[in-house]
Amino acid sequence: MGTISLKNVRKVFGDHVIIPGADLDIKNGEFVVFVGPSGCGKSTLLRMIAGLEDLTSGAIAIDGKDVSQAAPSERGLAMVFQSYALYPHMSVRNNIAFGLKMAGVPKAEIDSKVAKAAATLNLTDYLDRKPRQLSGGQRQRVAIGRAIVRQPQAFLFDEPLSNLDAALRVNMRVFIMQLHKDLSATMIYVTHDQVEAMTMADRIVVLNKGVIEQVGSPLELYNNPDSLFVAGFIGSPKMNFVTGSEAAKQKAHTIGIRPEHIDIVEGKGTWNGKIALAEHLGADSFLHVDADGAGRLVVRAPGEFRGKEGGAIALKPDMSRLHRFDDMGGVIR
Amino acid sequence: MARAVSSRRKWTFTILAWALAFLIFFPILWTILTSFKTEGDAAAIPPKFLFFDWTFENYGIVQERSNYFKFAMNSVILALGSTFFALIIAIPSAWGMAFSPGKRTKDLLMWMLSTKMMPPVGALIPIYLIFRDFGLLDTRGGLIAVLMLLNLPIIIWMLYTYFKEIPAEILEASRMDGASVWKELVYVLTPMAIPGIASTILLNVILAWNEAFWTLALTTKDAAPLPQFIASYSSPEGLFWAKLSAASTMAIAPILVLGWFAQKQLVRGLTFGAVK
Repeated sequence: MGTISLKNVRKVFGDHVIIPGADLDIKNGEFVVFVGPSGCGKSTLLRMIAGLEDLTSGAIAIDGKDVSQAAPSERGLAMVFQSYALYPHMSVRNNIAFGLKMAGVPKAEIDSKVAKAAATLNLTDYLDRKPRQLSGGQRQRVAIGRAIVRQPQAFLFDEPLSNLDAALRVNMRVFIMQLHKDLSATMIYVTHDQVEAMTMADRIVVLNKGVIEQVGSPLELYNNPDSLFVAGFIGSPKMNFVTGSEAAKQKAHTIGIRPEHIDIVEGKGTWNGKIALAEHLGADSFLHVDADGAGRLVVRAPGEFRGKEGGAIALKPDMSRLHRFDDMGGVIR
Repeated sequence: MARAVSSRRKWTFTILAWALAFLIFFPILWTILTSFKTEGDAAAIPPKFLFFDWTFENYGIVQERSNYFKFAMNSVILALGSTFFALIIAIPSAWGMAFSPGKRTKDLLMWMLSTKMMPPVGALIPIYLIFRDFGLLDTRGGLIAVLMLLNLPIIIWMLYTYFKEIPAEILEASRMDGASVWKELVYVLTPMAIPGIASTILLNVILAWNEAFWTLALTTKDAAPLPQFIASYSSPEGLFWAKLSAASTMAIAPILVLGWFAQKQLVRGLTFGAVK
């Protein structure tokens, strides 16, 4: 149970192609994250799996069964929305129970399942409140509770944490990861935040302009990006890109090197320049260096690094971690 | 930081608001006062405000001379009937336009509203002729149809705005929860739209109750509602101010009471969409 497969799934609005054709196989129990900048089609793809958007062509199978034409209610999936989308006129109890009521589950069973879900989610004291009487984090938990009571084939999350403040977001991120471990259910999670993608995913699907750029584990994407886009999107701070003669020396149109893969050396380095800005985060310092020939580079230095802004600095990239790209943005291996 | 409002400023605005409210209410108050005067006091110059011989005789005479309850019953039937049929058309239309809008939905809405900008007298002659030829003059059915069509644009607009406020994601959530179209309508859509539908009903009942132009033009006796009842007291033999006022008071009393009890809903209805 819980496998999802997409075969050449297309979505077109008028003459506007949103998804030109996507293929993807999601294994049972996998945590897959769709990530990409806003407008890349990641939410559309999720909504097509949910059945909230029609397919223009192609096929979607859940658990081996073709559901391309099935209504959302027939797909056995549960979804958590960015806006929570709780029923404002129902109590927390009825919000969580709604799906079970629709399925015609006997009342006693509904009560015990709701009580169990509420206990897991720390919502027992709030069961008789209305959604408007809850905080953002509590509302989010109700939305998750509504999804878990139904024991769906798979969970779909559409940017569920983007309305929460930073501290709560980290807590909920851990909570959802724990939930995935406990339920060992298939989960598809949409986000534009690459940190969420890196920390949560078994596999990441990077989307750009409706096209799946690359699918892989977080470390695969980090170490071996297939394209300039993936290289720039995964990792924080971003990978440095250098074009021109420095790139030509490596027989590439563009070369990329991550801030953590550039060493600061004494004397003369591969690139020499001046520190323009320094960001001190405590554990690390990020130096923005204006390097001769290479342009502005971000370099990770130890937290105790005491280089002054305006001071001279010599840099030496770790050549084994250098990424080379052709003029189409594809990787050269 | 909260801005401190000086108490003098607060008092000024309070007094101003009460003065304005009194000004707006004054014609109704004067009508009610006049209905308790004798015809002599009613026509007295300078006008008598509170110190006159209070009498109930006008109400007795009005009730004796014409059958108030028949007019009132017609008003109730016309107001409720036109509202009921308008809702049957307006609810699906507004749902459709709010949740699956087409390319021309906005134009359609503007066009509907524009019909309210036309002076009604422009349509009087064609409608009168249609009513005459189809034998609809002075029938409740005909008048219900006209009142319904008259207020339909406003009803659709109001409902459309309410439905627009319901986030589509909530409906989608119910679909994900396994609700069929029918269950989605019964358990999610309708309960969320009830306040909107209620204030729409209320506003339309009031508009239909107070409609004078069309009811005066298209009824004489059998289907005549309360505006006709009031008008019957401005006779060619001269105006009987006190009796006219008594009739007016009796005509507006039911809707005034209804409006008083439904104030909260009405304010919400009239300012809909103004504050998110």
